[in-house]
Amino acid sequence: MPIFFVNKVRIDIAASVPGDTPLLWILRDSLNLTGTKYGCGKALCGTCTVLVEGQPARSCQVPLSSIKLGTDITTIEGLKTREALALQAAWEKLDVPQCGYCQSGQLMSAAALLTRNRHPSDADIDDAMAGNICRCATYARIRAAIKDAGRSLG
Amino acid sequence: MNPIRMSRRPFMSTSPTAPGSAESTAGIQGRRVFLKVMAAAAGGLTLGIFSVDPARAATAKSGKTAASGPEFAPNAFLRIAPDSSVTVIVKHLEMGQGTYTGLPTLVAEELDAAWSQVKVEGAPADAKLYNNLQWGTMQGTGGSSSMANSFEQYRQAGAAARAMLVAAAATRWKVPADAITVKRGVVSQGDRKASFGELAAAAAKEPVPASPKLKDPKDFVYIGKHVPRSDSKAKSTGTAIYTQDVKLPGMLTAVVAHPPRFGAGVKNIDAGGLKGLPGIRFVVEVPNGVAVVANSFWDAKRGRDALKIEWDETTGFKYSSSDILADYKRLATTPGKVARNDGDAAGALAGAAHKLDAAYEFPYLAHAAMEPMNCVIRFDAGRAEVWNGEQYQTVDQAAVAKSLGLEPAQVTLHQLYAGGSFGRRANPHSDYLLEAAAIVKGMAAQGKRGIPVKLVWTREDDMQAGYFRPAYYHRLQAGLDAGGNVVAWQHRIVGQSILDGGPMADMIKNGIDPTSVEGAANLPYAIGNLHVDLHSPQVGVPVQGWRSVGSTHTAFSTETLIDELAVAAGKDPVAFRKALLASQPKHLSVLELVADKAGWGQPLAPSRNGAKRARGIAVHESFDTAVAQVVEVSVNADKSFTVDRVVCAVNCGLAVNPDVVRAQMEGGIGYGLSAALFGEITIKDGGVAQSNFNDYRVLRINEMPAIVVHIVPSAAAPTGVGEPGVPPIAPAVANALAAATGRRLRKLPLHLSA
Repeated sequence: MPIFFVNKVRIDIAASVPGDTPLLWILRDSLNLTGTKYGCGKALCGTCTVLVEGQPARSCQVPLSSIKLGTDITTIEGLKTREALALQAAWEKLDVPQCGYCQSGQLMSAAALLTRNRHPSDADIDDAMAGNICRCATYARIRAAIKDAGRSLG
Repeated sequence: MNPIRMSRRPFMSTSPTAPGSAESTAGIQGRRVFLKVMAAAAGGLTLGIFSVDPARAATAKSGKTAASGPEFAPNAFLRIAPDSSVTVIVKHLEMGQGTYTGLPTLVAEELDAAWSQVKVEGAPADAKLYNNLQWGTMQGTGGSSSMANSFEQYRQAGAAARAMLVAAAATRWKVPADAITVKRGVVSQGDRKASFGELAAAAAKEPVPASPKLKDPKDFVYIGKHVPRSDSKAKSTGTAIYTQDVKLPGMLTAVVAHPPRFGAGVKNIDAGGLKGLPGIRFVVEVPNGVAVVANSFWDAKRGRDALKIEWDETTGFKYSSSDILADYKRLATTPGKVARNDGDAAGALAGAAHKLDAAYEFPYLAHAAMEPMNCVIRFDAGRAEVWNGEQYQTVDQAAVAKSLGLEPAQVTLHQLYAGGSFGRRANPHSDYLLEAAAIVKGMAAQGKRGIPVKLVWTREDDMQAGYFRPAYYHRLQAGLDAGGNVVAWQHRIVGQSILDGGPMADMIKNGIDPTSVEGAANLPYAIGNLHVDLHSPQVGVPVQGWRSVGSTHTAFSTETLIDELAVAAGKDPVAFRKALLASQPKHLSVLELVADKAGWGQPLAPSRNGAKRARGIAVHESFDTAVAQVVEVSVNADKSFTVDRVVCAVNCGLAVNPDVVRAQMEGGIGYGLSAALFGEITIKDGGVAQSNFNDYRVLRINEMPAIVVHIVPSAAAPTGVGEPGVPPIAPAVANALAAATGRRLRKLPLHLSA
């Protein structure tokens, strides 16, 4: 029985659950953590981004069978670090979201970036965020909010 | 059995899992939460563990739970609860454009509510109460009309409620109504104060004023000022609920196998491959394919992919984009239906000193909203319920009702946030909703009624099963006299009608679909001899409106040709336009503002890597809003290029929420740039060649230019902003590329290397 953690909560998966099931659908359909969105199913849009051991991963391309015993997974619902809270505050302050559907994924990628680099350059932001599509094109505000959050952390 | 369990127990705990403990919570905050999820097929409905309260779903600003007691609902647009919360019922879909902020702002303004006490709720389907005032008796969202049609209506709703609260306070305090003030949710007179909630019950007994007095704009505290979006918090914490997130007790998920060619039917279904697969519940043939209904999305998709379907392709569309274009080119050699005819364009063209003759090609485009098409439907005896990001309530309600043999009033629509739409969710044929209806109808035929089903299109379905912005072909001929004045303009447009066969088909007059020629037939430039005509061929590719509709193509051909004429006349493109727009104050206002703010005519800073840099400009009015954009591009030696900066000026009348206006311009530019740089749906052998974001490229953050938006100050009634930011960007980029390289690109997407 695979065992891992989602937002610090232990998850036990029975052997009867097919190993090809992507983490995304375990989160959404089984655990009802619907903040993580489905966008493309091919790791092309970043909408389903979660943190696996602190690193951004496209959960639509993480099959259950690949999740190692004890893996720590964080979704938008469990994103509570200082960096994350600063980002969410900046997202609100700058009114980043439009339709909002991609923003959980954007925030997961941004949180991973800010955790390793509090003051990212434009190029750093491009590198970290280019895998996250926003069809409303809120990109300029995402960029500004990441910098704003970094500044607020000192 | 409990195949997936979630518990707050430490990893590798020795304590045994409590078997069969209670499971009924959606959150994970409980001290000990225990989930069970059905994985193996079996019979029972076992996924009904969680339920999203649909009433909560489209509620943007969460407030305190309303205290018990009657609510004060003076009209269909707001309710005031005993806890003083003001719930504004928004009749338009929130798909990113800000309706859930803008419309409540109007109520809060006239009610003198505190913004913090305002909550937002999506309206149900009711064409009598919630019709779009620009659309007659239809409820729906589109044409950038939400603010424009609601501006007076929602202000009056707030003003009526305020007058009734004031009347109630006047009675209670025995003072004249005009001695009472209302500020930020507090009703007061002298030292006496009352909250809205305290007065609500008494206010409900006051007569509803027929035409309450509206504020003098100089007294506005919210309109024209900064009001934060009502949905930013929910959308920054993953708590906003979209259709994709709805979960109802017993709900199943449907994934559909669509035919490889448009219009093909099902000849034979071999579902043998589904035997033994987990979670499969139903296989249902629907008009456009075969649905697999299962316990979860992944079960349904696995099942869908295991189907072996023999398609009946005799009815299928068989052509490719190249065939369609060849047909359009042939059509363009013959006169079309006349959309506008001033003077004698042909005669003037024949006598012109200098002539330009240009042809333009526009591909099909997918909307590609981040949330692929989906909806939830439940069909039971005598009624149906639909959960959807509803953009076309009246049309969808009628279509679903007809499909299920119900009256429209028997179909309840629950409004949810849409994860983008860009027009897609206002489908003239209610396509995905009817697909969902066909599924539950098929299940009913198998004796299963009342089971909610969520239809989920995969990204591939969303990109390949329709609907699309039509492909177009334009031919534009124009002539200058010896003095460089435009003396002739002949514009021919070829492309499918998006209104034909739909609920708004009566807008087609004399064979002219106005959405095919908007932006061309109303060309603002003063040209005496002007002729615009249209061919609307019928093609088997499903089409519909796409953000900014006709202007997606007409702005490009007209604004690049006018630029070309300016250069041919040896004149500055801004001065040349201004001379032709002398009687168009709205266009002039944005043209002058953008030229000033962009430093038009001043040298651009050189690039550091030797790239050629240049500016380009375009101006276009759509949905009564004029937008001008100046673009700065850098063209590299290998013919690749970047769009570095965009300066945008917009005249949308009174900007109710300037920051939302700026956001819509930024987003419109980004959306338009995706189409200008990458967007192309190619039809191959009757189907779509692209499938996902790998081959249907869209703009990413590293490609987003710096954007500065300037709003023309105006006291005129507000006009739309959701779409008008889109049209100018592609022609402005093409004009900048021409300025940098001398090459005129007339085919979208723009490739200098082609």
